[in-house]
Amino acid sequence: MLLSGCQKSATQEVMQPAGFGGVMHPYSGPMEKDDEEWVRATKDYANTRYSALDQINTSNVANLKVAWTFNTGVARGQEAAPIIANNTMYVVAPWPNKLFALDLTKPGAPLKWSYDPNPSPAAKGEACCDLVNRGAVYADGKVFYNTLDGYTVAVNADSGKLAWRTRMGNLALGETMTMAPMVVKDKVLVGDSGGEFGVRGWVAALNTKDGKVVWQAYSTGPDKDVLIGDRFKPFYDGDKGQDLGVKTWPPDAWRIGGGTAWGFMAYDPAQNLVYYGTANPGPWNPEVRPGTNKWTSGVFARDADTGQAVWFYQMSPHDLYDWDGINENVLLDLPVQGQTRKVLIRADRNGYLYVIDRTTGQVLSATSYVYTTTTTGVDLKTGELQRVPEKEPKTGQEIRNICPVAPGAKDWQPMSFSPRTGLLYVPHENMCMDEEGVTPNYIAGTPYVGANVRYYAGPGGNEGELMAWDPLSGKKVWTVTDKYPMWSGTVVTAGDVVFYGTMDGWFRAADARTGKTLWQFKTGSGIVGQPVTYRGPDGKQYVAILSGIGGWPGAIVSNNLDTRDDTAANGWGSALRDLKNVTQAGGTLYVFSLP
Amino acid sequence: MKTELAWVTLAGVLMWAGGCKREQRVFDPGAAQSQIANGVVLNEVHAGAEHLQEPSPSPSGTKYEQSAYAVGEGKRLFESYNCSGCHQHGGGGIGPALMDAEWIYGSHPEQIYSDIVQGRPNGMPSFAGKIPEYQVWELVAYVRSMSGQLPEDVAPSRSDEMAVTQAEQAHPKEHPPDESQHNVQRGKQ
Ligand code: HEC
Repeated sequence: MLLSGCQKSATQEVMQPAGFGGVMHPYSGPMEKDDEEWVRATKDYANTRYSALDQINTSNVANLKVAWTFNTGVARGQEAAPIIANNTMYVVAPWPNKLFALDLTKPGAPLKWSYDPNPSPAAKGEACCDLVNRGAVYADGKVFYNTLDGYTVAVNADSGKLAWRTRMGNLALGETMTMAPMVVKDKVLVGDSGGEFGVRGWVAALNTKDGKVVWQAYSTGPDKDVLIGDRFKPFYDGDKGQDLGVKTWPPDAWRIGGGTAWGFMAYDPAQNLVYYGTANPGPWNPEVRPGTNKWTSGVFARDADTGQAVWFYQMSPHDLYDWDGINENVLLDLPVQGQTRKVLIRADRNGYLYVIDRTTGQVLSATSYVYTTTTTGVDLKTGELQRVPEKEPKTGQEIRNICPVAPGAKDWQPMSFSPRTGLLYVPHENMCMDEEGVTPNYIAGTPYVGANVRYYAGPGGNEGELMAWDPLSGKKVWTVTDKYPMWSGTVVTAGDVVFYGTMDGWFRAADARTGKTLWQFKTGSGIVGQPVTYRGPDGKQYVAILSGIGGWPGAIVSNNLDTRDDTAANGWGSALRDLKNVTQAGGTLYVFSLP
Repeated sequence: MKTELAWVTLAGVLMWAGGCKREQRVFDPGAAQSQIANGVVLNEVHAGAEHLQEPSPSPSGTKYEQSAYAVGEGKRLFESYNCSGCHQHGGGGIGPALMDAEWIYGSHPEQIYSDIVQGRPNGMPSFAGKIPEYQVWELVAYVRSMSGQLPEDVAPSRSDEMAVTQAEQAHPKEHPPDESQHNVQRGKQ
């Protein structure tokens, strides 16, 4: 049977080049039991985004059809993961951040209620990268999420009534909130955005009952603010010492030094540790902040109850290129040199895929996964990233062919992991840039960047890629290239299907073993969201994705930018000159099922 | 075909020495609304919201737009007041593109002056008290040069920084929808 919908589009190509060499090996480590819902953006605490559902599988996915749709009413970047719990789907829209509850027990999933947090319109001028929100979290009869203007809100999951709201961010300083919170026990964990505005990053734990802040841990400043105390045992010497969050900066620069925490959190219940990455130091121009700029562009492990730091590892000390360390951490137990280790795996913006011992913070391996001109490797003895000095940005000088780019080898868009193949499904970029440092000027509430940047495709000419990665050998098994950056997350299922979207609006199902496109559907706008899958009250498996171009690159369309300027959207103008001809702004949820 | 505008003021006729590319402008804030822009007849009836009445003209606006030095200063200030952090080099980012023909709050110098000084509700900060008035006018003139509204011999011809877009001097003149709220309008051969 030939289904026209199954044919590859011209911009897409599956490759298994020689030298990839990764292999599949079923994973035997523990996985969280699947509740067949999707209560948090990351699916499970370990961030696998794996669903044990297999009703939709490689043999029948070609028959997938739209079951119903829902319009969020906001034609801006839809980066949220729909949340499924309580026989309801909860969808957070971009600013003005309405929360919609859709009744899954009724045909067409009618709106049960919506909650309007009425955020400040001024937030629109303080958010670096479109007006996005990455989703809510469900726990104990409440739905928690963050608003762009800096509030964490808790809404009664049945009634849609506000339970509490707590002001966490200071908009006047450029502090916004976009991340999807995670609930651990009786606390909801949140972090801030605003690394391009010279804000000071933090993560906080709020009591789920009343919204009171139980602990708050800054990413810069004195140890007491960073919650560094007796329990802190970093693996590498470079992270040992007192008040490094002050001493590794020029005087007072830590106060406006960034290190925000806008990525996904992970949690290891056995160790009671939460893991998250810290974003880039500010400003981008590195020359004005000599030092390693602790604790930016790294990973923290913290005690979930107290917030006390347990270890820290800095992927990009003295970050040169806006390489936030916020990318997600997938928690697995893997055999490493004959021994099973509790690890954390992250595909970092700096181009290395790290396998880190999540008990100690020791880097077990760091393997390059994209074309790179800026570094030569990671020294496993010291944990240090090996730089190429000629590629360091300089004020008043244009440095060309910096790879990977500022958005990194991979940005926030989350990968998934299948225990059936043992592979990670990593959506990412293949891009390079030219950069010139300019003198940054701190004016509260305005961008604090100090760099002119222009992005373009890396070798091969494709800006995006979805790769299947074998974490044991540190090699690719297959890769799907795309003309545009792959800015959507992935989900993988027990049906051996990987779902992902493209910036020109295709929603696809790839064979988890080969990468071959088994099904595709053209949605109304570009996809930059997080696919999810669940079992509905009717027993059927559904797959959901929000379609709506936007986010950092997609702002070219959603904010109607002019790509005659290479630096439009802070560097994307040159990379996405034709995106406005290819897709239009939108905001529609698509839910698919088998007929 | 280029359009040349003639604006009539109540206050009198403002003219400046014309290089061949320079426009002669005379203001008339109270003018009727029916004219021809680019060969298209505009509506008589206007929506109330955004493009309100054409603002009263300010001699400052025009004075700065005649000075290449002032516009050059505006270009420098656009970086140092972090305008470029939100509007990039005219293509926009957090804030809207300023090199195109679309204007939320109007393309006239006085409107742009208000954008900067008063701020705008959807994220444009108010720079009131932060930027001296003459510098605001320099910024206004520079902002208008991005969409080719200034005479070519006034608009900046080069940048001290990495070239990320054409020099403002080479930017084609955009035709914002509100440019034609004027009394007399002629096509140009
Ligand atoms: C913090 C981000 C930010 C900074 C800094 C900023 N702007 Fe804006 N600007 C915006 C946003 C957002 C809007 C759209 C406001 C709205 O729609 O209400 C805007 C609107 C404008 C407009 C109106 C555009 C139109 O279409 O009507 C002009 C002109 C402008 N800005 C110029 C400037 C200048 C000059 C500076 C520097 C003095 C500056 N901006 C600094 C974010 C910013």
